[in-house]
Amino acid sequence: MLLLDSESEAQFRKEIRAWVRQAVPQLGGPPPERDWQARRRYDSAWQRMLADAGYAGIHWPREYGGRGASPAEHLIFLEESAAAGAPDLGVHFVGQLHAGPTLIAEATDEQRAFHLPRILSGEAVWCQGFSEPGAGSDLAGLRTRAVRDGDHYVVTGQKIWTSYGPVADYCELLVRTDPDAPKHRGITWLIMPMDSPGVDVRPLRTIHGDSEFAEVYLDEVRIPVANRVGAENDGWRVAMVTFGFERGTAFVRELITARSHVADLAALARVLPRGAGTAWDDAGLRRDIGRVAAELDALWALTKRNVTRGMVGVIPPAGGSAFKLSYSETLHHLSALIIRVLDRAALSMDDLPGLPTGQLVHAQLHAFAISIGAGTSQIQRNILAERVLGLPKER
Amino acid sequence: MHFDLDEDQRALRDTVRRLAEEVFPVERTRGWAEPGGFDRAAWSALAELGTFAVYQPEERGGLALPVVNAVLAYQTLGACLVPGPLVAAALAADLDGDSGAVGGGEVVPAVVVRPEPGAPLLVEHLRDADVVYVLDAHGIERLDPAALTATPITVPLDPTTPLSLVTDLPRGDQVGDAAQAARWSLLGSLLSSALLVGHALRVLDLATAHAQQREQFGRPIGTFQAVKHMLADCFARGEVARAAVDAAGVIIDEPGALDITEPGSGGGPAVRAVAAARVLAAEAALLSCRTAIQAHGGMGFTWEVDLHLHLKRALLLETSYTTSDAAAEAVAQSLQRVP
Repeated sequence: MLLLDSESEAQFRKEIRAWVRQAVPQLGGPPPERDWQARRRYDSAWQRMLADAGYAGIHWPREYGGRGASPAEHLIFLEESAAAGAPDLGVHFVGQLHAGPTLIAEATDEQRAFHLPRILSGEAVWCQGFSEPGAGSDLAGLRTRAVRDGDHYVVTGQKIWTSYGPVADYCELLVRTDPDAPKHRGITWLIMPMDSPGVDVRPLRTIHGDSEFAEVYLDEVRIPVANRVGAENDGWRVAMVTFGFERGTAFVRELITARSHVADLAALARVLPRGAGTAWDDAGLRRDIGRVAAELDALWALTKRNVTRGMVGVIPPAGGSAFKLSYSETLHHLSALIIRVLDRAALSMDDLPGLPTGQLVHAQLHAFAISIGAGTSQIQRNILAERVLGLPKER
Repeated sequence: MHFDLDEDQRALRDTVRRLAEEVFPVERTRGWAEPGGFDRAAWSALAELGTFAVYQPEERGGLALPVVNAVLAYQTLGACLVPGPLVAAALAADLDGDSGAVGGGEVVPAVVVRPEPGAPLLVEHLRDADVVYVLDAHGIERLDPAALTATPITVPLDPTTPLSLVTDLPRGDQVGDAAQAARWSLLGSLLSSALLVGHALRVLDLATAHAQQREQFGRPIGTFQAVKHMLADCFARGEVARAAVDAAGVIIDEPGALDITEPGSGGGPAVRAVAAARVLAAEAALLSCRTAIQAHGGMGFTWEVDLHLHLKRALLLETSYTTSDAAAEAVAQSLQRVP
C-alpha cells in the first residue's frame, strides 16, 4: 500500500507544478463573485490557457483531444492547481465533467466533432437540465415533454437548479418522449442550444445571496432530432453513463478548500478573545477543531483509496456514497464550529477590520449544497443500505 | 500511489481470520477473564503465525513486512474479538532481548502506561503476564510482575479482559529511551485503532444480518429507512475510519505521504496521522457498537448476544495508549498556520 507518488507520478507532478505556477500569475485576479459574465470570461481564459498547454480535458481520452491522465494524475493536477491558486473549472464544470464525457461515450461522430473541441477550448459553456420542480431525488419522474414534429422535438416544461444557466451556450437536457412507458424508459437526452426561441432563463438566488442557479422555462422549444444523443427513450441510460465517469476526484478541490478553512479557523481562534484569553484556550472548542481536521484527513485518505480503485474501473457506491455522506456531515460539523469560534463575528458576511472572517461565514452555508446536491444524504444512505449492505428495498 | 490492499495483504488478512476463528471461538473467549481462562496453546498458535512480529526484521524472528500489514492483521483480530495482550505483544517484540520469546508466544507481556499522579492504575492482562513494561514520556522500564502490588478486579467491564488495580508500581530496569517510548505510544495507539476498526466492521455485519431476517409489521426491519439509515451511517463512518487507520500505517513507513497540502504541521506527519486515525476509529467503533445493539432491540441488551462484548472491548481500547480527547488535542496542536 503506497500513498506517495510513483516515479512517473512524481515526474508528472513536477511538470504540472512548473507550468501552473508560471501560468496563474498571467491570468490576473478573479472577478467579483456576482458578475457572471466576468466569471465566464475569466474561467474561459483559464480554460484556453490549459488547452494551449495541452492540459484541457486532463482526464479525457487522447483520441478526443484530452490528456488521457490516469485518476492518480488527475488527482495530482487538482492538488497542484489548488496549491498554486489556479481557478477550478467554474462555468466549465458541466461541459468538462458531465456533457463532454457523455458525448464521448454516446454521441455520433458529427456531434463529437462539433462539440468536444469547443468544450476543451473553453469556447462553449454547458449547463445541466436534469432536475425539475417535481423531479428532484426522484429524477426519473421528470415531466418536461418532448413531442416529435418532423425532424424536430417540440419541448415544453421547466427545469431547475441549472448551474451556470445564465451564461450557458448549450444544455444537456432530459425530456420525456414517451409518457406511457415506465418512467425510466420514456426519457431522451438532447443537446439544447440555450439561444433557441422559447428558452427563458431566470436566475435563482441561493442562500448565499448569489445567483448560482437558474430556473429554465421551456415553451415549445424546437430542438433538431439531430441533437439527440443515444436512442429515443434511452436517455436514462445515457444520463447514468455520466455518473460512471467518476474516478474519485469529484471532491478533491472541495476537500482542499475545506482543509484550508480549518487551518484558517484555527488561526482565527488563536486571536479571537474569549473569556480571559482566546477562543483557542477553550479546550472543548480546540478539540472539536482537531476532530474536524482529523475527519478531513481521513476523507483525504478515502479519496486516495477511491482514486486507486478508480484506476481499475468504476468506483463502487461503497466508496463514492460513503465519501459524499461523510464529507457532507463533516462540512456541517465545520459550519457549526465556524459559528462557535467566530461568535458574533459570524453575523457579518463582510470581513471585519483585522479579521478575515467573511469567507468562513460564506463557507458555513456551503455545507447544505453538498448534503443536498447530487443526491441528498438521505439518498446516499438508501444507496449504501440497499446496494452495499443488501438491505431490502422499500418497494 | 496505490492505496489499497494487494494480493499478499488480502492473503495475510484471510490467514489471520482463519486462525482466529479456529483457535479463538467466541464461546471460549467468553471465559478468558475467568480464573484459568488464559489459553496458552491458542496464544502460542497466534504468535507462531507471526501476528506479533509482522513488522519486525528477520533477525528478531519477524515477518519483515510494513507496519500497515500489522494494521490489517489487527483489524481482523478486532473483528474476531480475539482476547489477550495483543498490542502489548507487538510492542514488546520491538526489544532485541525480549523479541523472540514474546513474538513466539512463550513470554506473555503486559504494558502499563504510567498514569497521571492520583489516577487509579487499572492494568489489563497483568494476571497472565510474565513480564511488565512501564511506558512514560522518559522511556520504557522492564519489571517482574511479582514486584507490583496489585489486586484483581472481580468484575471488569470487559468480561473477556482480566483487569487488575495496581497500588504500587516500583521502578524497573530501563530498556528503552524516550524515542523508543514515543514509538511505542504511536504504535500502541495505531494498533489499538486497528482493533477498533475491526470491531466497527464486525458489529455492522451482525446488525445488517439481523435487520435482513428480523421481521416486524410483516417485513424485515431492514426495510425501514429508520433502520437502514443508521446502518448506512455506520458503514460510511467505518469506511472513513478504515482509510484513516490504513493511511496512518502507511505514513509510519513513509513519512510525508499525506503531507502534500499541509506541510510543516507540528509533531510530524506520523503523529498527526496516528492521532487522526484514533479519533475516527474510536468514533466509528462506538457508533457501530451502539447502533448494532439498538438495531437488535431487546436481544441486543442481553448477555447472550455477542454485541456487548464488542462494545465493552471498544470502550477499553478507546482509552488504550491515548484517548479520543487527547488524540483530538494532538491534531489541533498540529494546526499551526497563522493568518
